[in-house]
Amino acid sequence: MGFFDYFISALFLQAGYNSALVAIGAGLLGLSAGSAGAFIFLRKRALVSDAISHATLPGVGLAFIIMVAFGSDGRWLPGLILGSAVSSAIGLLMVEWITRKTRLTEDAAIGAVLSVFFGFGIVLLTVIQTMSSGRQAGLENFLLGSTAGMLISEATTIAVAGALAAAFVFLLRRPMTLVAFDPEYAATTGVNVRNIDLAMMGLALIVTVIGLKIVGLILIVALLIIPPVAARFWTNQVGKMIGIAAVIGGLSGYIGAVLSAAEASLPTGPIIVLVAFGFFLISALFSPLRGGLASALRHQRFQRRVHRRQGLLSLARREPIYDGLTIRILRRAGMIRADGVATARGRIAAEKAARDEARWAMARRMLSDDSAIERYDGLTPIERMMTPDQIAEIDRMIQNAQAAKGAKA
Amino acid sequence: MINDLITALGAEFVQLSLTPIVIGTLAAIACALPGNFLLLRRQALIGDAISHVVLPGIVAAFLVTGTITAVPMMIGAGAAAIIAVIMIEIVKRLGRVEPGAAMGLVFTTLFAAGVLFLEITDTSSVHIDVQHALLGNLESLIWFDANGWGSLLDPAALATLPPQLPRLAVVLVAITLFIFLFWKELKISTFDAAFAGAVGIRTRTLGFALVVATAVAAVAAFDAVGSIIVIAMFVCPPASARLMTNQLARQVGWSVIFATISAVLGYVFAGYGPGWFGSPYAVSAAGMIATVSGVILLLACLFGPQRKRTGQQAET
Repeated sequence: MGFFDYFISALFLQAGYNSALVAIGAGLLGLSAGSAGAFIFLRKRALVSDAISHATLPGVGLAFIIMVAFGSDGRWLPGLILGSAVSSAIGLLMVEWITRKTRLTEDAAIGAVLSVFFGFGIVLLTVIQTMSSGRQAGLENFLLGSTAGMLISEATTIAVAGALAAAFVFLLRRPMTLVAFDPEYAATTGVNVRNIDLAMMGLALIVTVIGLKIVGLILIVALLIIPPVAARFWTNQVGKMIGIAAVIGGLSGYIGAVLSAAEASLPTGPIIVLVAFGFFLISALFSPLRGGLASALRHQRFQRRVHRRQGLLSLARREPIYDGLTIRILRRAGMIRADGVATARGRIAAEKAARDEARWAMARRMLSDDSAIERYDGLTPIERMMTPDQIAEIDRMIQNAQAAKGAKA
Repeated sequence: MINDLITALGAEFVQLSLTPIVIGTLAAIACALPGNFLLLRRQALIGDAISHVVLPGIVAAFLVTGTITAVPMMIGAGAAAIIAVIMIEIVKRLGRVEPGAAMGLVFTTLFAAGVLFLEITDTSSVHIDVQHALLGNLESLIWFDANGWGSLLDPAALATLPPQLPRLAVVLVAITLFIFLFWKELKISTFDAAFAGAVGIRTRTLGFALVVATAVAAVAAFDAVGSIIVIAMFVCPPASARLMTNQLARQVGWSVIFATISAVLGYVFAGYGPGWFGSPYAVSAAGMIATVSGVILLLACLFGPQRKRTGQQAET
């Protein structure tokens, strides 16, 4: 079976019970990571989760050593997860403690905790490699994640924990939204900001430790950061953003796990991260709200409107047009001939543009505090902003002004 | 006891431990120096981001040249670092997101791409893997031709020093020169960017130069000691030093002292420490150096004379 066939069959969970379970587990993990990450992103603490994830390593090592010391296998996943949770909780509290008690800023605390815990974890890993138990511990797989040879019990653990984390996000979504946007206001409504902050980071911690096996501790932070950043392109509403981040995270986990199942030699974590980055690229380019393509189109449309308007005003004032783009736009619209002389249509449009301009000028003088004036962009026809009565009034004022000018002359 | 010390510092020491210790120290200082300014500018994590993207840079250089020599690798890593900084800026502007999230997005993606390239292409013929990228190979930088302290005066033996040593020495001199020459400008623009702009200092160019210096330090140190030490040395010694003094010059001095202590003690603990507990094996020197620097930071957080924020009440 070729890679592609296998990929398709795995995508629809036809490639064996085990890989289906892994894919579902990775999907649920991504779902909870995306939604939990959305709050952390809004709270602007994305990189705290990087410290949390690197701080898991000593816990993994110590848990392994303790389990071996008690005569067990040492590779029992729940035990390793528990150990990693304890050490990353200590790391998280260290970040908080350093930021609160000393004058070091949070980013310095993050960098310090991240590198020192990771370094100490590596020391423990080299200790484990020399341990008399002698067996290949396979703990390096926790660095970059691996689903190859994953036990069904492990996949089930991850799937259940991922679902629980998603439920936890759902329960805490209101206070977390409040704290993410306006901690001061949240405090006045009786929300304990510090506890909610800790809960938020606790969620990141849960996602991290259950993601260790699949994504690995170096890259798990990507699953917390990339989905919300991508989701931010699609909406300005927090509820929708969390939903979209969850979907993007879930799809990244699912598709990434399926891809790596089809090509077993590849580490799972990097593939999941690159799939997530693919979603980011799509969002950054094609989102209608803030995507690059939509912005470029909006900009071009605006530019054309400005050139058309200025060209018509020049026609009305019988001034020659030199700008190439303006000439092209007017010619394509049939407003001018090749030699630059206005056609009949062009003359009518130019006259209308000039009248519009004069009305706006008068309107600005008359109604300087009107809301319609504030929205004036130099392009919108006045009929769209004002009632016929108002326009009639403006026209009368223009005539009066002209009459006055004529009288003076 | 004295005899122990003499054997400990004898010919074998020169051959096996002297060069790793010196290289580790040079790398630690080269990272700690720019780290001081990054710390004060709240850019401490730039070092973290850069050391993650060194891996894809090196892999890309390997894919292009097909060999694993120092110069293309350093160019590749430097290019990757600059690309990463530009990408972070684009994501920040386009997505209107906070710098931390933009940084996290970029460096995880590039790191993932690096790992994937490494796995896809056949690099089995050369010594390049993720483990090496993270941990370096400080222990293997031994000085074969040395047969005692006298070798330090022997040109033939000196010529066989690990190439990382002179390379790091050059980088350290260059970074020291940069900081020394632009000391006033760096100081002013770090503490008061608006004022620096007003007196005609090109703060943006200087900021970029600082990032480049950081990248150079990261790349040169990475080759010898791996990215853990690089990240730890960018942050921990300057952060500890910051808690010791209120003066920038003294802070830089303290950071050099702390970096040196971390490198030397870390290497000694890693190489000889297990022996004190009766284990014949050594542990990771890179990990131990990072650990020692963390212990120093912890002590500074607890006892550093300037650990409190100005005007902050002592908390109980």
